[in-house]
Amino acid sequence: MTEQTLGRPEPKWPYLLLGVYLGVVFLKTEVISWFRIQEMFRFHSFHMYGVIGGAVVVGALGVFLIKRTNVRTLTGRTIVFPAPEDTRPGPQHWLGGTIFGLGWGLLGACPGPIYALIGAGVWVMFVALLAALAGAWMYGLLRSRLPHG
Amino acid sequence: MGLGMVLGAMITTVFLPSPDLVLPISEATWTALAELGLQDREGLVPSSLFSWSGLTTVPGFVLIVVGGFLVGFGARYADGCTSGHAISGLSNLQLSSLAAVIGFFAGGLFVTHLLLPLIL
Repeated sequence: MTEQTLGRPEPKWPYLLLGVYLGVVFLKTEVISWFRIQEMFRFHSFHMYGVIGGAVVVGALGVFLIKRTNVRTLTGRTIVFPAPEDTRPGPQHWLGGTIFGLGWGLLGACPGPIYALIGAGVWVMFVALLAALAGAWMYGLLRSRLPHG
Repeated sequence: MGLGMVLGAMITTVFLPSPDLVLPISEATWTALAELGLQDREGLVPSSLFSWSGLTTVPGFVLIVVGGFLVGFGARYADGCTSGHAISGLSNLQLSSLAAVIGFFAGGLFVTHLLLPLIL
């Protein structure tokens, strides 16, 4: 542990505010819709590719600005990104990614949208949340027997 | 953050509701879903499957419970999900994220084109 990670913990309220913002964005862009995910996997519309692609462009600009300005976190920690050349894909990315994709195709929602759908009144998604937690727990049980790079 | 997203979606539903009862999804998608026997178009999700009564049917259970389980398992195993890999990871040009995103699509395309016709 470095000196920085032993300091004051980051405050939690920004996560809540950003979560509220993300919930609004998820609903207004319709990306939490099972129908939109079906449309994406059938290549019938640019909609989802536009939203995700737009987010990558904004994200890349954010990463560039954070690296350029050396801006710090609220508690003064430096923000470190992995160097792209150090991010070799391992079996966990190929296999884990494919398993995630199978779930995404069925459920039509990834982890964040599960919360937003509960907020939007699709109460049965609470069952999907419990199932996702069970999946994460099962990964913890099997971790040592699964291939990792 | 999860709590925030629940609140954000509630705020949107109450104060910024969408005027559309049926989302402007591509007609080709509606046709493809109708061919699978899925007729309901209203709302964010097909309510015949994503409801308490839908959960007790085999297709509804597979979509919600098996789908949810795989999303949770896969996100932990791949060390990230759509936001972590497809958006944050690709924003930093990480090759591992590109591999994960290729996996996301391999899985999603398999389900959409080969598995859904069998279970719906």
